[in-house]
Amino acid sequence: MLAPEPSESGFASQAPDLPGQPTLTEIFGSAQEGAAIAFTLAQLPRQGSVLWVQDRVSALEAGMPYGPGLASYGLSPDRLVLACGRGAPDVLWALEEGLRCSGLGAVIGEMWGDPRALDFTATKRLLRRAEASGIHAFLIRWNAQAGLSAARRRWRIAALPSPPATFDPKAPGAPLWQADLFRARGRRPGLWHARYDGSAHHIHMAAPPAHRPLDAQAGRGDLPLRGAA
Amino acid sequence: MVLAVQGPHGPIIHDMDRTACRLGLKRGARITDIRALVPNLCVEDADPSAETAALQRLAVWARRWCPWTQTDGADGIFLDISGSAHLAGGEGALLREMREAFGRAGLRIRAAAAATPGAAWALARYGGRRLLLCRDEQTQDCLAPLPAASLRLHPDTVLLLERLGLKTIGALAAIPREALVRRFRRAETPDANPVLRLDQAMGRLAEPLVPGRPAPPLRAARRLAEPIGDLAGIENVLGDLMLDLTGRLGTAARGARHLRLTGYRTDGGTAWLEARTSTPSRDPAHLTRLFAEDLPRLDPGFGFDAMTLEAAAHEALSAHQGGLAGEDRAESALTTLLDRLMARLGSANVSRLRPRGSHVPERAETREEVQAPISTPSESASLSRHRPPRPPRLLSRPEEAEVLYALPEGPPARLAWRRQSHRIVRSEGPERIAPEWWREKSTVRLRDYYLVEDEGGRRFWLFREGVPGDGRGGAPRWFVQGLFG
Repeated sequence: MLAPEPSESGFASQAPDLPGQPTLTEIFGSAQEGAAIAFTLAQLPRQGSVLWVQDRVSALEAGMPYGPGLASYGLSPDRLVLACGRGAPDVLWALEEGLRCSGLGAVIGEMWGDPRALDFTATKRLLRRAEASGIHAFLIRWNAQAGLSAARRRWRIAALPSPPATFDPKAPGAPLWQADLFRARGRRPGLWHARYDGSAHHIHMAAPPAHRPLDAQAGRGDLPLRGAA
Repeated sequence: MVLAVQGPHGPIIHDMDRTACRLGLKRGARITDIRALVPNLCVEDADPSAETAALQRLAVWARRWCPWTQTDGADGIFLDISGSAHLAGGEGALLREMREAFGRAGLRIRAAAAATPGAAWALARYGGRRLLLCRDEQTQDCLAPLPAASLRLHPDTVLLLERLGLKTIGALAAIPREALVRRFRRAETPDANPVLRLDQAMGRLAEPLVPGRPAPPLRAARRLAEPIGDLAGIENVLGDLMLDLTGRLGTAARGARHLRLTGYRTDGGTAWLEARTSTPSRDPAHLTRLFAEDLPRLDPGFGFDAMTLEAAAHEALSAHQGGLAGEDRAESALTTLLDRLMARLGSANVSRLRPRGSHVPERAETREEVQAPISTPSESASLSRHRPPRPPRLLSRPEEAEVLYALPEGPPARLAWRRQSHRIVRSEGPERIAPEWWREKSTVRLRDYYLVEDEGGRRFWLFREGVPGDGRGGAPRWFVQGLFG
C-alpha cells in the first residue's frame, strides 16, 4: 500500500482520480436506489460504444437502462448495446467477449446476489482482459456480499440526502453519494462524499464532514478526520 | 364463355373458349357490344397474374424434354431442344409426345420446331397446322408465305409494312436489304425493326434463350467416407465447409446473413444448427466461431455421413479495403461482437435503444433487435430536449406503491414500496403527461409524475394515475416507475 501523499489542498488528492486506468471495478449497491448506476455512468469514457449486460433477475428487480435519462450522464443511447443473459455464466461470457472487442469503450455487467460462477478466477479473467485491452470494466453487484474478488477497486455506493436545489428549496438538488472504497490496489481505502459534475463529466470527491460520529467510520483504516480545507 | 379484364372504356374480352371462338368473337372486343350479339354470353373475370404464374410452372414442367425453357409473352413457351430431340426419337416424335403430354393435362397446343426461335414462333402461330416441323434448309421456304405479323413485330410496324405492300415474309425478304435498313434505322426496339426480326428468324442473328431459373443456392457439401460423431471431426468438416462456402460467397460478391449447418445421419435423420449475423459477412473465422457455442448440441446419433452448409439468407457484399489508419476496424469488431452475442444469448436478448416520438415514458424508447437492418433515424429527438429530468433507470413495468399524502392532488408524504417505507422529504413535480388519446382507450388516465427523495437520499420517479374525480375509476393509484441516481 502506498502512503497517502501529503498535499496542501486537504483530501482532494487522496480521492482516486476516476475512472483512471482501464481496469476492473466492482460496485456494490442496493437495487432499490439508483446511486450505484449513476456512479458507474459518471465514470464512463465519453467516446466509444458501451456494452451493458444484465442477468435476468437484475433486469426484473433493478430495472433497465433508460435512454432519455442516460443522456444526462453524457451517454448517448446510440452508443449503447444492451444484452440480457439468463444467469451469471452468460453475463461473464458476454463481458469477456466484450473485453476482447477493440471497438468498445467500456463494458458494464450487472449481477444479482452472489452467483457461484462469479468466483475469484472469473474476476481475475475479467481483470486480465480489461487491462490487456484497455477497456473499462464495471461489475455492478446488486444486494450482494463482498466475497473474494480480483477487482482493482471495490466500491460500496449509497445515496445521501442531497443539498437543496438552487431555485426550489423543496425539490431534490444535485445527487450526492457516499462512496466507500473498501478495497483498492495501490492505494488506501477510504470513504468520500461524491457528486457528479455533468458539464465536465467528472466525479468530485470530498471527505465526509468531520462531525460524523467516529463509530460510523470504524474499521476503515486510518481515514483522515480533518475538516475539508 | 369469355374472360374479361377492365379496359379503358369498360370490360373487354381477355380470352375465350372454343365455342366463343367459333362464334367469331375477337380479343379486345367490348363485353357490352358482344352481349348485344350473343345474349347468353357467360363472362368471368380474368386473373392475369395467376395466368403468368401458371405459364411459368408449365415452362418449368416442360424441362422434362430439354434443359432450357422460357416463357414467351402471355401464351407461349420456348424450348431449346438442340441436342435433346434424339432422346424422344427425333423432332417429329418429340412434337407428338408433347402434344400427348399436354393433351393429358387438358391443354391443346400448337407446336412448331424450327432452326431459330423466331421461325418456330411464326410457324406455331401462323403455320396453319397444329404440329409443324421445319428443317433447317426449309426455313426460308416455310416462312415465305407467312404474314408479316408472324415476325413478332409491333402492330404499328405491321400496319406500316402492309401499307408499303409488304404483306408476307417472302415479300419482305425480297426487298434489297440496304433499303430496309435505311427505312428502319430509327427503330429502337426489336419489335419495331423488321430487319432485325427477319435476321433472327432466318438464323443470321443469334437469339439465345435465357431461361428464368432461380440462382443456385450458395451451399457447400461434404460427403464423408466414414461416418463421424466426435466433436473434433465435426469441427474439421465445418472448417472445410466454411472455406468452400466463403469462397463461393466471395465469387458471387455476397455476404451471409443466415447460415444453416445440416448433418445427415447414417440412420436417416438430420440435425441442424443455425447462425445469424447482424451484417453480411464472409469471414470464415468469424462465421465458424458463431457455431462454436452450439456445436456440442448437434446430435450426430450414429454419426454423420454427409454435411452441408448453406447460406439461407445473403446480401450483396463487395470486396472491402480497410482504411490505412484502421479507423473502421472498431466498427467491424463491434459487428463481430454483436454476432457472437446473438449466437449465444439469442437475437431477442441483444438490443439497442432507439428514441421514439412519444411523451409516455415507457413508449418514448424502444428496444430494437440488432438483427434488424439499420433503421430510420430517430423519430424525433427534439422531444427530449428541454424536458424535466428523466431517470437513468426504468423499472421493467411500473410497480404499484402505497402512498400517504397531505393533499389528494399534492406530492406524497410517505411511500411504501417493496415492503419498505420511505419518508419523503423533498419532491419535485407534478409533471403531467396526458394519455395518447389517438392510440389508447378512453378510460386510460393521465399521469402526474413526481421526482421524490426520501430522508436517506434515495430518489424515486413515481406517478399518480389519474386525479380524484376525473370520472375514470376510483381513487388514483400510485406507481414507482424509475430510479434516479
